[in-house]
Amino acid sequence: MFTRRIFLGLTMATLFSASAIAQNNERFIVVSSTTSTTDSGLFNHILPLFKAKTGIDVRVISQGTGQALDTGKRGDADVVIVHAKSQEEKFVAEGFGVERKPVMYNDFVLIGPKADPAAVKNTKDIVAALKAIQSRSALFVSRGDKSGTHAAELTLWKTAGIDIDQAKGPWYRDIGQGMGAALNTASAMNAYVLADRATWLNFKNRGDLAIMVEGDTRLFNQYGVILVDPKKHPHVKAKDGQAFIDWLISAEGQRAIGDYKINGEILFFPNASQPGA
Amino acid sequence: MDLLAAFSEAFGLITRLDPGFVAIVGLSLRVSLTAVLLAALIGLPLGAWLALARFPGRSLLVVAINALMGLPPVVAGLIVFLVLSRSGPLGSLGLLFTPSAMIIAQTLLVLPIVISLTRATVEELWSEYRDHLTALGLTGFRAVPTLLWDGRFALTTGLLAGFGRASAEVGAVLMVGGNIAHYTRTMTTTIALETSKGDLALALGLSLILMTLTLMINGAAYAASRIGARFAGS
Repeated sequence: MFTRRIFLGLTMATLFSASAIAQNNERFIVVSSTTSTTDSGLFNHILPLFKAKTGIDVRVISQGTGQALDTGKRGDADVVIVHAKSQEEKFVAEGFGVERKPVMYNDFVLIGPKADPAAVKNTKDIVAALKAIQSRSALFVSRGDKSGTHAAELTLWKTAGIDIDQAKGPWYRDIGQGMGAALNTASAMNAYVLADRATWLNFKNRGDLAIMVEGDTRLFNQYGVILVDPKKHPHVKAKDGQAFIDWLISAEGQRAIGDYKINGEILFFPNASQPGA
Repeated sequence: MDLLAAFSEAFGLITRLDPGFVAIVGLSLRVSLTAVLLAALIGLPLGAWLALARFPGRSLLVVAINALMGLPPVVAGLIVFLVLSRSGPLGSLGLLFTPSAMIIAQTLLVLPIVISLTRATVEELWSEYRDHLTALGLTGFRAVPTLLWDGRFALTTGLLAGFGRASAEVGAVLMVGGNIAHYTRTMTTTIALETSKGDLALALGLSLILMTLTLMINGAAYAASRIGARFAGS
């Protein structure tokens, strides 16, 4: 009897807590975004400022750009923040998003082992560096996950005149995972990898890796924000989602983005007012 | 990698009762325990029924449920994801990326274990005490409460196995919970996140804490069943 009563008590307590989870009436929006914005700590910095001003809680799901757009397409997010302009424009053109607004940019860096087997260090030319890696079959880790960084990598191979589908061999390791996993893999096998600067700066398991190529304008990485179209998905919280977008591109939101630094380095450069970004 | 510093950082999270960390542990426990409870409420009667019922295709069902004990968490996650997505059949409930979705996914993972182990336990007890129970007038399904009560210690072990599966998995909660900070971030998704940030030491520290918690829960359940056994005089 004794144990039965305990069991009953536990049952009630658990059911109670379960219903408490179900009835969470907080005001919130869901944002699907990329791993770089979360892993870099940017959202941890700016979201509390937005919440303090509006009372809206922002729940961020971090995925690759392709997956994040897909989450928006299915209506599982209210706002998407990603970095692959052509895919973003397609998303809007297909009627899934209301409008794309530029928010900020950061840049990619080519990471590689300090021993530098492809001898690309100190060049500012990312295309020449990729050609050297391919011609020497130096180990290279690719995200391979349809993320914005993966898309950027593929574009760079194309710019270098290399058909990567043809050229890839055992040296080209397509891992199909996020930025952190790609850096961990590169660190473990001393390979080259294309990374966004923010994730790299926040990454701790560097081993022998260091920045090899940076500063090429072709490495700039523009982020855009889009409200998921409530005409497609009526449950989308258009008002609160738009409030978040308006704040991000307002002077106040832009300042908050620019204020975020690691070791004194700005990670994301606000450029909402730059035409054509 | 400075392991010692990482461990002291990880254990500092406990000793300081860091609120963010406590919330993560609390959510992990709430989700997994609720899932085990739901699985018990569904699985115990269902398993007992399956032990006593005789119908065509029963063996097939038994094999299928046994096989489902090995259901990969990502597959359970994917199924729940597709069902709960706004574009899925239950999308209007708005449950995707909430703790409720995580509970549903983990319940799916635990349920086959509870059903299978209950069926095996009850089947054995029934073959042993059939005559005795029949003499007491407890025939067929009327014997179920008694059989479940008599098998409670074996069943507790089954529920602990279920809890172990629920609290250990990362694939399903990551997919249907979304690993949202302060909302759906659990112990296992935090470990995965810290690993992806390259903070392997902190991830390892958190792993040790997770294993310690599991050890404590199993210890508590073992002690409770020992005390219970003494009370029951068996």
